[in-house]
Amino acid sequence: MEIKKLICINCPMGCPLTVEMEESKVIRVSGNTCKRGEDYARREVTAPARTVATTVKVVNGKAGRVSVKTREDIPKEKVLACVKALKDVQMEAPVCIGDLVAADIAGTGVDVVATGNVGEL
Amino acid sequence: MEKYDIVIIGGGPAGLAAAVSARESGIGSVLVLERDKELGGILNQCIHNGFGLHTFREELTGPEYAGRFIEKAEELGIACKLDTMVLEISPGKIVTAVNREDGLFELQAKAVILAMGCRERARGALNIPGFRPAGIYSAGTAQKLVNMEGFLPGREAVILGSGDIGLIMARRMTLEGATVKAVAELMPYSGGLKRNIVQCLEDFGIPLKLSHTVIDIKGKERLEGVTLAEVDGRGKPVPGTEEYYPCDTLLLSVGLIPENEISGKMGVELNPVTAGPKVNESFETNIKGVFACGNVLHVHDLVDFVSEEAAAAGKNAAAYVKRESAEDTAEKDVWDAAGREVPVKPGEGVKYTVPERINAAHMGEKLTLRFRVDGVYRDCYVSVWFDGERVIRRKRQAVAPGEMEGILLDRELLLRYPGLDAIRVAIEPG
Ligand SMILES: Cc1cc2nc3c(=O)[nH]c(=O)nc-3n(C[C@H](O)[C@H](O)[C@H](O)COP(=O)(O)OP(=O)(O)OC[C@H]3O[C@@H](n4cnc5c(N)ncnc54)[C@H](O)[C@@H]3O)c2cc1C
Ligand code: SF4
Repeated sequence: MEIKKLICINCPMGCPLTVEMEESKVIRVSGNTCKRGEDYARREVTAPARTVATTVKVVNGKAGRVSVKTREDIPKEKVLACVKALKDVQMEAPVCIGDLVAADIAGTGVDVVATGNVGEL
Repeated sequence: MEKYDIVIIGGGPAGLAAAVSARESGIGSVLVLERDKELGGILNQCIHNGFGLHTFREELTGPEYAGRFIEKAEELGIACKLDTMVLEISPGKIVTAVNREDGLFELQAKAVILAMGCRERARGALNIPGFRPAGIYSAGTAQKLVNMEGFLPGREAVILGSGDIGLIMARRMTLEGATVKAVAELMPYSGGLKRNIVQCLEDFGIPLKLSHTVIDIKGKERLEGVTLAEVDGRGKPVPGTEEYYPCDTLLLSVGLIPENEISGKMGVELNPVTAGPKVNESFETNIKGVFACGNVLHVHDLVDFVSEEAAAAGKNAAAYVKRESAEDTAEKDVWDAAGREVPVKPGEGVKYTVPERINAAHMGEKLTLRFRVDGVYRDCYVSVWFDGERVIRRKRQAVAPGEMEGILLDRELLLRYPGLDAIRVAIEPG
Protein backbone atom coordinates (compact mmCIF):
# COMPACT_ATOMS: atom_id res chain seq x y z
CA MET A 1 0.00 0.00 0.00
CA GLU A 2 1.16 3.49 -0.78
CA ILE A 3 0.39 6.50 1.42
CA LYS A 4 0.26 10.05 0.05
CA LYS A 5 0.07 13.16 2.20
CA LEU A 6 -1.70 16.19 0.74
CA ILE A 7 -3.01 19.54 1.88
CA CYS A 8 -6.57 20.22 0.76
CA ILE A 9 -6.60 23.50 -1.16
CA ASN A 10 -10.36 23.75 -1.52
CA CYS A 11 -10.78 26.21 1.27
CA PRO A 12 -8.52 28.17 3.58
CA MET A 13 -8.78 25.58 6.37
CA GLY A 14 -6.10 23.64 4.49
CA CYS A 15 -6.86 20.26 6.08
CA PRO A 16 -3.97 17.75 6.04
CA LEU A 17 -5.17 14.74 4.03
CA THR A 18 -3.87 11.20 4.01
CA VAL A 19 -4.61 9.12 0.93
CA GLU A 20 -4.17 5.35 1.07
CA MET A 21 -3.57 3.89 -2.37
CA GLU A 22 -3.31 0.37 -3.75
CA GLU A 23 -1.99 -0.04 -7.30
CA SER A 24 -2.82 3.61 -8.10
CA LYS A 25 -6.38 3.19 -6.82
CA VAL A 26 -7.59 5.26 -3.88
CA ILE A 27 -8.63 3.02 -0.96
CA ARG A 28 -9.25 5.57 1.75
CA VAL A 29 -8.99 9.32 2.39
CA SER A 30 -8.70 10.67 5.93
CA GLY A 31 -8.01 14.00 7.59
CA ASN A 32 -10.64 15.90 5.63
CA THR A 33 -13.23 17.99 7.46
CA CYS A 34 -15.81 17.89 4.69
CA LYS A 35 -16.72 15.96 1.54
CA ARG A 36 -14.92 18.42 -0.73
CA GLY A 37 -11.66 17.33 0.83
CA GLU A 38 -12.21 13.71 -0.15
CA ASP A 39 -13.17 14.69 -3.71
CA TYR A 40 -10.09 16.87 -3.92
CA ALA A 41 -7.78 14.07 -2.74
CA ARG A 42 -9.21 11.56 -5.21
CA ARG A 43 -8.73 13.98 -8.06
CA GLU A 44 -5.37 15.32 -6.96
CA VAL A 45 -3.73 11.88 -7.00
CA THR A 46 -5.23 10.95 -10.39
CA ALA A 47 -5.94 14.10 -12.42
CA PRO A 48 -4.98 17.31 -10.61
CA ALA A 49 -6.86 20.43 -11.74
CA ARG A 50 -6.80 24.16 -10.93
CA THR A 51 -8.82 27.29 -11.52
CA VAL A 52 -6.78 29.87 -13.44
CA ALA A 53 -7.12 33.60 -12.77
CA THR A 54 -5.38 36.22 -14.88
CA THR A 55 -6.17 39.42 -16.80
CA VAL A 56 -6.80 40.34 -20.43
CA LYS A 57 -6.51 43.59 -22.35
CA VAL A 58 -9.54 45.88 -22.72
CA VAL A 59 -9.94 48.47 -25.46
CA ASN A 60 -11.98 51.67 -25.15
CA GLY A 61 -12.45 51.08 -21.42
CA LYS A 62 -11.99 53.13 -18.26
CA ALA A 63 -9.31 50.60 -17.32
CA GLY A 64 -6.84 48.91 -19.64
CA ARG A 65 -7.31 45.40 -18.27
CA VAL A 66 -9.97 43.22 -16.74
CA SER A 67 -9.57 40.21 -14.48
CA VAL A 68 -10.79 36.84 -15.77
CA LYS A 69 -10.96 33.21 -14.62
CA THR A 70 -11.70 29.75 -15.95
CA ARG A 71 -15.30 28.93 -15.09
CA GLU A 72 -14.17 25.57 -13.72
CA ASP A 73 -10.91 23.89 -12.86
CA ILE A 74 -8.77 22.83 -15.80
CA PRO A 75 -6.09 20.09 -15.85
CA LYS A 76 -3.00 21.33 -14.04
CA GLU A 77 -0.72 20.72 -17.02
CA LYS A 78 -2.89 23.07 -19.11
CA VAL A 79 -2.51 26.05 -16.76
CA LEU A 80 0.41 27.70 -18.55
CA ALA A 81 -1.12 27.05 -21.99
CA CYS A 82 -4.33 28.70 -20.81
CA VAL A 83 -2.54 31.85 -19.62
CA LYS A 84 -0.58 31.96 -22.87
CA ALA A 85 -3.70 31.65 -25.01
CA LEU A 86 -5.25 34.57 -23.12
CA LYS A 87 -2.30 36.85 -23.87
CA ASP A 88 -3.71 37.57 -27.34
CA VAL A 89 -7.32 38.01 -26.25
CA GLN A 90 -8.80 41.51 -26.26
CA MET A 91 -12.15 42.63 -24.88
CA GLU A 92 -14.16 45.64 -26.01
CA ALA A 93 -15.58 47.79 -23.16
CA PRO A 94 -18.02 47.67 -21.50
CA VAL A 95 -17.13 44.39 -19.78
CA CYS A 96 -19.28 42.97 -16.99
CA ILE A 97 -18.68 40.23 -14.42
CA GLY A 98 -19.63 36.91 -16.03
CA ASP A 99 -19.08 38.00 -19.67
CA LEU A 100 -17.59 35.30 -21.89
CA VAL A 101 -13.94 36.04 -22.66
CA ALA A 102 -12.90 32.88 -24.50
CA ALA A 103 -14.68 29.60 -25.13
CA ASP A 104 -13.01 26.21 -24.73
CA ILE A 105 -9.67 27.62 -23.62
CA ALA A 106 -6.58 25.66 -24.70
CA GLY A 107 -8.73 22.72 -25.71
CA THR A 108 -9.91 22.06 -22.15
CA GLY A 109 -13.61 22.44 -22.92
CA VAL A 110 -13.79 25.10 -20.19
CA ASP A 111 -14.80 28.73 -20.81
CA VAL A 112 -13.04 31.81 -19.48
CA VAL A 113 -15.24 34.56 -18.02
CA ALA A 114 -14.67 38.11 -16.79
CA THR A 115 -14.49 38.62 -13.02
CA GLY A 116 -14.45 42.41 -13.07
CA ASN A 117 -16.41 45.32 -14.53
CA VAL A 118 -14.88 47.88 -16.89
CA GLY A 119 -17.04 50.77 -18.07
CA GLU A 120 -16.85 52.38 -21.50
CA LEU A 121 -14.58 55.37 -21.91
CA MET B 1 -22.51 71.07 8.62
CA GLU B 2 -24.09 67.97 7.10
CA LYS B 3 -25.21 65.35 9.61
CA TYR B 4 -25.27 61.57 9.30
CA ASP B 5 -26.23 58.83 11.70
CA ILE B 6 -23.32 56.61 10.71
CA VAL B 7 -20.19 57.62 8.80
CA ILE B 8 -17.96 54.78 7.61
CA ILE B 9 -14.32 55.47 6.83
CA GLY B 10 -13.16 53.20 3.98
CA GLY B 11 -15.13 51.44 1.23
CA GLY B 12 -13.34 48.08 1.17
CA PRO B 13 -15.06 44.83 2.10
CA ALA B 14 -15.20 45.87 5.77
CA GLY B 15 -16.74 49.30 5.11
CA LEU B 16 -19.22 47.87 2.62
CA ALA B 17 -20.39 45.01 4.85
CA ALA B 18 -20.72 47.41 7.78
CA ALA B 19 -22.76 49.83 5.66
CA VAL B 20 -25.08 47.11 4.35
CA SER B 21 -25.62 45.73 7.84
CA ALA B 22 -26.27 49.17 9.38
CA ARG B 23 -28.78 49.93 6.63
CA GLU B 24 -30.48 46.57 7.08
CA SER B 25 -30.69 47.27 10.80
CA GLY B 26 -32.90 50.23 9.99
CA ILE B 27 -30.53 53.20 9.81
CA GLY B 28 -31.25 55.32 6.73
CA SER B 29 -28.56 57.91 7.10
CA VAL B 30 -25.34 56.04 6.33
CA LEU B 31 -22.38 57.49 4.41
CA VAL B 32 -19.27 55.68 3.15
CA LEU B 33 -16.14 57.77 2.53
CA GLU B 34 -13.53 56.19 0.23
CA ARG B 35 -10.28 57.77 -0.93
CA ASP B 36 -9.97 55.59 -4.04
CA LYS B 37 -11.89 56.14 -7.28
CA GLU B 38 -13.83 52.92 -6.80
CA LEU B 39 -15.25 50.82 -3.97
CA GLY B 40 -13.89 47.39 -3.07
CA GLY B 41 -10.60 48.23 -1.40
CA ILE B 42 -7.65 45.95 -1.81
CA LEU B 43 -9.84 43.18 -3.27
CA ASN B 44 -9.81 44.91 -6.66
CA GLN B 45 -6.22 43.87 -7.15
CA CYS B 46 -6.66 40.33 -5.75
CA ILE B 47 -7.77 38.64 -8.97
CA HIS B 48 -7.13 35.07 -7.81
CA ASN B 49 -9.96 32.87 -6.64
CA GLY B 50 -10.61 31.57 -3.17
CA PHE B 51 -12.75 34.29 -1.65
CA GLY B 52 -16.21 33.88 -0.22
CA LEU B 53 -16.43 30.16 0.40
CA HIS B 54 -17.85 30.85 3.86
CA THR B 55 -20.04 33.81 2.92
CA PHE B 56 -21.46 32.75 -0.45
CA ARG B 57 -20.74 28.99 -0.50
CA GLU B 58 -18.86 29.40 -3.76
CA GLU B 59 -15.36 30.35 -4.69
CA LEU B 60 -15.04 33.88 -6.05
CA THR B 61 -12.17 36.08 -7.13
CA GLY B 62 -11.47 39.30 -5.20
CA PRO B 63 -13.26 41.66 -7.63
CA GLU B 64 -16.27 39.33 -7.78
CA TYR B 65 -16.47 39.18 -4.00
CA ALA B 66 -16.28 42.96 -3.75
CA GLY B 67 -18.81 43.20 -6.59
CA ARG B 68 -21.44 41.34 -4.55
CA PHE B 69 -21.20 43.85 -1.73
CA ILE B 70 -21.03 46.87 -4.03
CA GLU B 71 -24.23 45.69 -5.74
CA LYS B 72 -25.92 45.18 -2.41
CA ALA B 73 -24.90 48.66 -1.23
CA GLU B 74 -26.26 50.16 -4.47
CA GLU B 75 -29.54 48.26 -4.12
CA LEU B 76 -29.96 49.65 -0.64
CA GLY B 77 -29.19 53.16 -1.87
CA ILE B 78 -26.27 53.67 0.49
CA ALA B 79 -24.56 57.03 -0.04
CA CYS B 80 -20.86 56.91 -0.94
CA LYS B 81 -18.36 59.65 -1.61
CA LEU B 82 -15.45 58.40 -3.72
CA ASP B 83 -12.08 60.10 -4.25
CA THR B 84 -12.60 61.40 -0.74
CA MET B 85 -9.83 61.28 1.81
CA VAL B 86 -10.66 61.46 5.50
CA LEU B 87 -8.05 63.57 7.26
CA GLU B 88 -9.25 63.73 10.81
CA ILE B 89 -12.00 62.74 13.20
CA SER B 90 -12.60 64.65 16.41
CA PRO B 91 -13.51 62.82 19.62
CA GLY B 92 -16.93 64.49 19.20
CA LYS B 93 -17.25 62.62 15.86
CA ILE B 94 -16.79 65.54 13.49
CA VAL B 95 -15.23 64.02 10.38
CA THR B 96 -12.92 66.24 8.28
CA ALA B 97 -12.39 65.10 4.70
CA VAL B 98 -11.30 66.47 1.35
CA ASN B 99 -12.20 65.87 -2.28
CA ARG B 100 -12.12 67.78 -5.59
CA GLU B 101 -15.83 68.56 -5.65
CA ASP B 102 -16.45 69.76 -2.11
CA GLY B 103 -12.92 70.81 -1.17
CA LEU B 104 -12.26 70.52 2.54
CA PHE B 105 -15.47 69.74 4.43
CA GLU B 106 -16.79 68.59 7.78
CA LEU B 107 -19.53 66.15 8.71
CA GLN B 108 -21.15 65.45 12.06
CA ALA B 109 -21.69 61.73 12.74
CA LYS B 110 -23.57 60.07 15.58
CA ALA B 111 -21.48 56.94 15.15
CA VAL B 112 -18.28 56.29 13.22
CA ILE B 113 -17.09 52.95 11.85
CA LEU B 114 -13.35 52.73 11.18
CA ALA B 115 -12.70 50.49 8.15
CA MET B 116 -9.48 51.89 6.68
CA GLY B 117 -7.80 48.54 6.12
CA CYS B 118 -4.05 48.15 6.32
CA ARG B 119 -0.93 48.90 4.36
CA GLU B 120 2.20 46.90 3.72
CA ARG B 121 5.17 47.03 5.96
CA ALA B 122 8.06 48.06 3.79
CA ARG B 123 10.61 50.17 5.55
CA GLY B 124 12.93 48.39 7.91
CA ALA B 125 12.17 45.07 6.22
CA LEU B 126 15.48 45.10 4.42
CA ASN B 127 17.84 45.42 7.29
CA ILE B 128 20.92 45.80 5.12
CA PRO B 129 23.16 48.72 4.31
CA GLY B 130 23.95 49.90 0.79
CA PHE B 131 22.11 50.94 -2.31
CA ARG B 132 18.43 50.53 -3.09
CA PRO B 133 18.53 49.86 -6.81
CA ALA B 134 15.42 49.80 -9.01
CA GLY B 135 13.62 46.46 -8.99
CA ILE B 136 12.67 46.28 -5.30
CA TYR B 137 8.91 46.37 -4.74
CA SER B 138 6.50 45.53 -2.00
CA ALA B 139 4.45 42.47 -3.02
CA GLY B 140 1.22 44.50 -2.94
CA THR B 141 2.67 47.14 -5.26
CA ALA B 142 3.78 44.41 -7.65
CA GLN B 143 0.29 42.88 -7.43
CA LYS B 144 -1.19 46.21 -8.46
CA LEU B 145 1.29 46.65 -11.32
CA VAL B 146 0.68 43.18 -12.74
CA ASN B 147 -3.07 42.91 -12.18
CA MET B 148 -4.25 46.47 -12.73
CA GLU B 149 -1.67 47.84 -15.17
CA GLY B 150 -0.64 44.63 -16.90
CA PHE B 151 2.99 45.48 -16.23
CA LEU B 152 5.42 42.72 -15.25
CA PRO B 153 8.08 44.30 -13.01
CA GLY B 154 10.86 41.84 -13.98
CA ARG B 155 11.88 38.51 -15.48
CA GLU B 156 13.70 36.87 -12.58
CA ALA B 157 12.50 37.38 -9.04
CA VAL B 158 13.27 36.50 -5.45
CA ILE B 159 10.60 37.06 -2.82
CA LEU B 160 11.41 37.94 0.77
CA GLY B 161 8.67 36.97 3.20
CA SER B 162 6.10 34.22 2.84
CA GLY B 163 2.94 36.18 3.62
CA ASP B 164 -0.05 35.36 1.42
CA ILE B 165 0.49 38.26 -0.94
CA GLY B 166 4.06 37.13 -1.58
CA LEU B 167 2.91 33.54 -2.25
CA ILE B 168 0.12 34.68 -4.54
CA MET B 169 2.59 36.90 -6.40
CA ALA B 170 5.05 34.04 -6.83
CA ARG B 171 2.38 32.22 -8.83
CA ARG B 172 1.21 35.33 -10.63
CA MET B 173 4.70 36.28 -11.82
CA THR B 174 5.33 32.68 -12.92
CA LEU B 175 2.11 32.60 -14.93
CA GLU B 176 3.11 35.87 -16.58
CA GLY B 177 6.37 34.31 -17.72
CA ALA B 178 8.83 35.35 -15.02
CA THR B 179 11.04 32.91 -13.12
CA VAL B 180 10.65 33.03 -9.35
CA LYS B 181 13.84 31.58 -7.95
CA ALA B 182 13.00 31.35 -4.27
CA VAL B 183 10.83 32.60 -1.47
CA ALA B 184 12.87 33.33 1.65
CA GLU B 185 11.20 33.43 5.06
CA LEU B 186 12.99 34.64 8.17
CA MET B 187 10.86 32.54 10.51
CA PRO B 188 11.00 28.73 10.70
CA TYR B 189 7.35 28.65 9.47
CA SER B 190 5.45 30.35 6.68
CA GLY B 191 3.34 33.41 7.36
CA GLY B 192 0.82 32.41 4.70
CA LEU B 193 -1.99 29.90 4.31
CA LYS B 194 -1.05 26.26 3.67
CA ARG B 195 -3.19 26.14 0.56
CA ASN B 196 -1.20 28.99 -0.93
CA ILE B 197 2.08 27.17 -0.33
CA VAL B 198 0.68 24.17 -2.20
CA GLN B 199 -0.96 25.93 -5.13
CA CYS B 200 1.40 28.87 -5.52
CA LEU B 201 4.83 27.38 -4.77
CA GLU B 202 4.72 23.59 -4.91
CA ASP B 203 2.66 23.58 -8.12
CA PHE B 204 5.49 25.45 -9.85
CA GLY B 205 8.44 23.96 -8.03
CA ILE B 206 9.38 27.24 -6.36
CA PRO B 207 11.53 26.57 -3.27
CA LEU B 208 10.41 27.98 0.09
CA LYS B 209 13.50 28.65 2.16
CA LEU B 210 12.45 28.84 5.81
CA SER B 211 14.79 30.50 8.33
CA HIS B 212 16.45 32.45 5.51
CA THR B 213 16.86 36.12 4.77
CA VAL B 214 18.43 38.52 2.29
CA ILE B 215 21.85 39.61 3.55
CA ASP B 216 23.18 41.43 0.49
CA ILE B 217 21.92 43.21 -2.60
CA LYS B 218 23.92 43.59 -5.78
CA GLY B 219 23.38 46.33 -8.36
CA LYS B 220 23.49 50.13 -8.29
CA GLU B 221 20.98 51.35 -10.86
CA ARG B 222 19.05 48.14 -11.38
CA LEU B 223 19.00 45.10 -9.13
CA GLU B 224 21.38 42.38 -10.34
CA GLY B 225 21.06 39.77 -7.62
CA VAL B 226 20.60 39.04 -3.93
CA THR B 227 22.44 36.86 -1.44
CA LEU B 228 20.35 34.68 0.86
CA ALA B 229 21.62 33.08 4.03
CA GLU B 230 20.23 30.84 6.71
CA VAL B 231 19.54 32.45 10.08
CA ASP B 232 19.93 30.96 13.52
CA GLY B 233 17.34 30.95 16.32
CA ARG B 234 17.98 34.63 17.04
CA GLY B 235 17.72 35.77 13.45
CA LYS B 236 21.50 36.06 12.92
CA PRO B 237 22.88 34.88 9.55
CA VAL B 238 24.87 31.64 9.79
CA PRO B 239 28.32 32.04 8.14
CA GLY B 240 28.94 29.64 5.27
CA THR B 241 25.27 29.33 4.26
CA GLU B 242 25.32 32.26 1.80
CA GLU B 243 23.87 31.62 -1.65
CA TYR B 244 23.80 34.15 -4.50
CA TYR B 245 20.72 34.42 -6.74
CA PRO B 246 20.95 36.53 -9.89
CA CYS B 247 17.62 38.41 -10.27
CA ASP B 248 16.23 41.73 -11.49
CA THR B 249 13.35 41.89 -9.03
CA LEU B 250 13.00 41.53 -5.27
CA LEU B 251 9.51 41.49 -3.79
CA LEU B 252 8.99 42.21 -0.10
CA SER B 253 6.08 40.46 1.55
CA VAL B 254 6.86 41.06 5.16
CA GLY B 255 3.48 41.73 6.63
CA LEU B 256 0.71 44.25 6.87
CA ILE B 257 0.05 46.94 9.38
CA PRO B 258 -3.36 48.47 10.22
CA GLU B 259 -3.80 52.04 9.03
CA ASN B 260 -4.54 53.81 12.32
CA GLU B 261 -3.03 57.30 12.14
CA ILE B 262 -6.51 58.85 12.19
CA SER B 263 -7.74 56.58 14.98
CA GLY B 264 -4.69 57.29 17.12
CA LYS B 265 -5.05 61.05 16.71
CA MET B 266 -8.69 60.99 17.76
CA GLY B 267 -7.75 59.20 20.98
CA VAL B 268 -8.68 55.63 20.13
CA GLU B 269 -6.62 53.26 22.27
CA LEU B 270 -4.52 50.87 20.20
CA ASN B 271 -3.24 47.41 21.03
CA PRO B 272 0.55 47.38 20.53
CA VAL B 273 0.44 43.76 19.29
CA THR B 274 -2.18 44.18 16.55
CA ALA B 275 -1.56 47.92 15.97
CA GLY B 276 -5.35 48.07 15.79
CA PRO B 277 -7.93 49.56 18.19
CA LYS B 278 -8.78 47.77 21.41
CA VAL B 279 -12.45 46.83 21.12
CA ASN B 280 -15.17 45.24 23.22
CA GLU B 281 -17.70 42.55 22.25
CA SER B 282 -19.58 45.11 20.12
CA PHE B 283 -16.40 46.07 18.18
CA GLU B 284 -16.63 49.44 19.92
CA THR B 285 -13.41 51.23 20.81
CA ASN B 286 -12.72 53.10 24.04
CA ILE B 287 -14.59 56.07 22.51
CA LYS B 288 -18.33 55.41 22.71
CA GLY B 289 -19.97 55.23 19.30
CA VAL B 290 -16.69 54.64 17.46
CA PHE B 291 -16.45 51.11 16.05
CA ALA B 292 -13.73 49.29 14.10
CA CYS B 293 -13.70 46.26 11.81
CA GLY B 294 -11.67 44.54 9.11
CA ASN B 295 -7.97 44.97 8.59
CA VAL B 296 -7.84 48.26 10.48
CA LEU B 297 -8.76 46.27 13.60
CA HIS B 298 -6.39 43.34 13.05
CA VAL B 299 -4.89 41.90 9.89
CA HIS B 300 -7.09 39.17 8.41
CA ASP B 301 -6.09 36.47 5.96
CA LEU B 302 -9.70 35.68 5.05
CA VAL B 303 -12.02 38.30 3.71
CA ASP B 304 -14.99 36.18 4.84
CA PHE B 305 -14.09 36.87 8.45
CA VAL B 306 -13.74 40.56 7.59
CA SER B 307 -17.30 40.63 6.27
CA GLU B 308 -18.63 38.76 9.29
CA GLU B 309 -16.90 41.08 11.74
CA ALA B 310 -17.96 44.18 9.79
CA ALA B 311 -21.59 43.08 9.66
CA ALA B 312 -21.55 42.78 13.46
CA ALA B 313 -19.93 46.22 13.82
CA GLY B 314 -22.55 47.74 11.51
CA LYS B 315 -25.39 46.19 13.44
CA ASN B 316 -23.97 47.31 16.78
CA ALA B 317 -23.40 50.85 15.49
CA ALA B 318 -27.04 50.93 14.32
CA ALA B 319 -28.24 49.80 17.75
CA TYR B 320 -26.04 52.47 19.38
CA VAL B 321 -27.52 55.21 17.18
CA LYS B 322 -31.06 54.07 17.97
CA ARG B 323 -30.41 54.03 21.71
CA GLU B 324 -28.69 57.41 21.70
CA SER B 325 -31.30 59.08 19.48
CA ALA B 326 -34.39 57.82 21.26
CA GLU B 327 -36.31 60.48 23.15
CA ASP B 328 -37.18 58.00 25.83
CA THR B 329 -33.84 57.21 27.46
CA ALA B 330 -35.13 54.06 29.18
CA GLU B 331 -33.44 51.65 26.79
CA LYS B 332 -30.16 53.53 26.88
CA ASP B 333 -30.22 53.64 30.68
CA VAL B 334 -30.84 49.92 30.93
CA TRP B 335 -28.03 49.24 28.44
CA ASP B 336 -25.55 51.50 30.16
CA ALA B 337 -26.25 49.93 33.55
CA ALA B 338 -26.23 46.30 32.39
CA GLY B 339 -23.34 44.02 33.23
CA ARG B 340 -19.68 44.98 33.16
CA GLU B 341 -16.71 44.41 30.91
CA VAL B 342 -14.45 41.47 31.62
CA PRO B 343 -10.94 41.56 30.09
CA VAL B 344 -9.88 38.81 27.68
CA LYS B 345 -6.20 37.93 28.05
CA PRO B 346 -3.90 36.09 25.70
CA GLY B 347 -2.51 33.08 27.58
CA GLU B 348 0.24 30.61 26.72
CA GLY B 349 0.85 30.41 22.96
CA VAL B 350 -1.61 33.20 22.09
CA LYS B 351 -0.42 36.55 20.73
CA TYR B 352 -3.62 38.58 21.00
CA THR B 353 -7.38 38.31 21.06
CA VAL B 354 -10.15 40.37 19.47
CA PRO B 355 -12.22 41.52 21.27
CA GLU B 356 -10.24 42.16 24.41
CA ARG B 357 -13.16 43.07 26.65
CA ILE B 358 -16.52 41.34 26.87
CA ASN B 359 -19.68 42.47 28.56
CA ALA B 360 -21.92 39.40 28.52
CA ALA B 361 -25.00 41.58 28.95
CA HIS B 362 -24.16 43.36 25.68
CA MET B 363 -23.18 40.42 23.54
CA GLY B 364 -25.31 38.36 21.19
CA GLU B 365 -26.11 34.74 21.88
CA LYS B 366 -22.72 33.72 20.50
CA LEU B 367 -19.46 35.54 19.85
CA THR B 368 -16.40 34.32 17.99
CA LEU B 369 -13.27 35.21 19.87
CA ARG B 370 -10.54 35.65 17.24
CA PHE B 371 -6.86 35.25 17.98
CA ARG B 372 -3.48 34.37 16.57
CA VAL B 373 -0.95 31.93 18.00
CA ASP B 374 2.77 32.69 18.47
CA GLY B 375 4.19 29.55 16.83
CA VAL B 376 3.31 26.28 15.14
CA TYR B 377 1.66 23.76 17.49
CA ARG B 378 0.53 20.25 16.52
CA ASP B 379 -2.09 18.05 18.16
CA CYS B 380 -2.90 20.71 20.70
CA TYR B 381 -5.93 22.11 22.46
CA VAL B 382 -7.38 25.58 22.38
CA SER B 383 -8.59 26.26 25.90
CA VAL B 384 -10.63 29.01 27.43
CA TRP B 385 -10.21 29.69 31.12
CA PHE B 386 -12.64 31.66 33.29
CA ASP B 387 -10.30 32.72 36.10
CA GLY B 388 -8.91 29.42 37.44
CA GLU B 389 -11.40 27.14 35.69
CA ARG B 390 -11.05 25.70 32.22
CA VAL B 391 -14.47 25.98 30.60
CA ILE B 392 -13.70 25.12 26.95
CA ARG B 393 -11.15 22.72 25.48
CA ARG B 394 -11.10 22.05 21.73
CA LYS B 395 -8.74 19.74 19.88
CA ARG B 396 -6.78 21.15 16.90
CA GLN B 397 -4.60 19.14 14.53
CA ALA B 398 -2.37 22.12 13.94
CA VAL B 399 -2.37 25.85 14.51
CA ALA B 400 0.05 28.37 12.97
CA PRO B 401 0.65 32.12 13.19
CA GLY B 402 -0.30 32.57 9.52
CA GLU B 403 -3.87 31.44 10.12
CA MET B 404 -6.28 33.33 12.29
CA GLU B 405 -8.03 31.14 14.83
CA GLY B 406 -11.39 31.48 16.46
CA ILE B 407 -13.34 29.97 19.30
CA LEU B 408 -17.04 30.35 19.92
CA LEU B 409 -18.24 31.75 23.26
CA ASP B 410 -21.81 31.32 24.48
CA ARG B 411 -23.49 34.13 26.33
CA GLU B 412 -25.27 31.55 28.48
CA LEU B 413 -21.94 30.21 29.67
CA LEU B 414 -20.63 33.67 30.52
CA LEU B 415 -23.79 34.60 32.39
CA ARG B 416 -23.21 31.63 34.69
CA TYR B 417 -20.05 33.34 36.01
CA PRO B 418 -21.22 36.73 37.32
CA GLY B 419 -18.11 37.31 39.44
CA LEU B 420 -15.67 36.64 36.60
CA ASP B 421 -12.44 38.68 36.66
CA ALA B 422 -10.72 37.57 33.47
CA ILE B 423 -11.11 35.32 30.46
CA ARG B 424 -7.96 33.66 29.16
CA VAL B 425 -7.35 31.85 25.88
CA ALA B 426 -4.39 29.46 25.75
CA ILE B 427 -2.85 26.75 23.61
CA GLU B 428 -2.25 23.57 25.58
CA PRO B 429 -0.27 20.50 24.51
CA GLY B 430 -2.19 17.33 23.62
C1 LIG C 1 -1.67 44.56 -0.83
C2 LIG C 1 -2.62 43.60 -0.20
C3 LIG C 1 -2.96 42.40 -0.84
C4 LIG C 1 -3.84 41.49 -0.25
N1 LIG C 1 -4.08 40.31 -0.88
C5 LIG C 1 -4.92 39.43 -0.31
C6 LIG C 1 -5.18 38.21 -0.92
O1 LIG C 1 -4.58 37.93 -1.96
N2 LIG C 1 -6.09 37.35 -0.37
C7 LIG C 1 -6.75 37.65 0.79
O2 LIG C 1 -7.59 36.87 1.26
N3 LIG C 1 -6.48 38.79 1.42
C8 LIG C 1 -5.59 39.67 0.90
N4 LIG C 1 -5.31 40.82 1.55
C9 LIG C 1 -6.03 41.04 2.80
C10 LIG C 1 -7.29 41.86 2.49
O3 LIG C 1 -6.88 43.18 2.61
C11 LIG C 1 -8.47 41.65 3.42
O4 LIG C 1 -8.98 40.37 3.31
C12 LIG C 1 -9.63 42.62 3.16
O5 LIG C 1 -9.52 43.21 1.90
C13 LIG C 1 -9.65 43.66 4.21
O6 LIG C 1 -10.76 44.50 4.01
P1 LIG C 1 -10.82 45.93 4.63
O7 LIG C 1 -12.07 46.53 4.12
O8 LIG C 1 -10.59 45.85 6.08
O9 LIG C 1 -9.54 46.69 4.03
P2 LIG C 1 -9.24 47.23 2.55
O10 LIG C 1 -9.68 46.30 1.51
O11 LIG C 1 -7.82 47.61 2.58
O12 LIG C 1 -10.14 48.53 2.43
C14 LIG C 1 -9.87 49.71 3.15
C15 LIG C 1 -10.38 50.87 2.34
O13 LIG C 1 -10.29 52.06 3.11
C16 LIG C 1 -9.84 53.11 2.30
N5 LIG C 1 -9.22 54.13 3.16
C17 LIG C 1 -8.14 53.99 3.97
N6 LIG C 1 -7.86 55.14 4.60
C18 LIG C 1 -8.77 56.04 4.19
C19 LIG C 1 -9.02 57.42 4.48
N7 LIG C 1 -8.25 58.10 5.34
N8 LIG C 1 -10.07 58.04 3.87
C20 LIG C 1 -10.87 57.36 3.00
N9 LIG C 1 -10.68 56.06 2.70
C21 LIG C 1 -9.66 55.40 3.28
C22 LIG C 1 -8.87 52.45 1.34
O14 LIG C 1 -8.70 53.19 0.16
C23 LIG C 1 -9.55 51.11 1.09
O15 LIG C 1 -10.40 51.13 -0.03
C24 LIG C 1 -4.44 41.76 0.99
C25 LIG C 1 -4.11 42.96 1.63
C26 LIG C 1 -3.21 43.87 1.07
C27 LIG C 1 -2.87 45.13 1.80
S1 SF4 D 1 -11.47 19.19 3.60
FE1 SF4 D 1 -13.16 20.64 3.48
S2 SF4 D 1 -12.80 21.97 5.26
FE2 SF4 D 1 -10.87 20.88 4.89
S3 SF4 D 1 -9.68 22.27 3.56
FE3 SF4 D 1 -10.81 20.84 2.25
S4 SF4 D 1 -12.68 21.94 1.71
FE4 SF4 D 1 -11.81 22.94 3.49
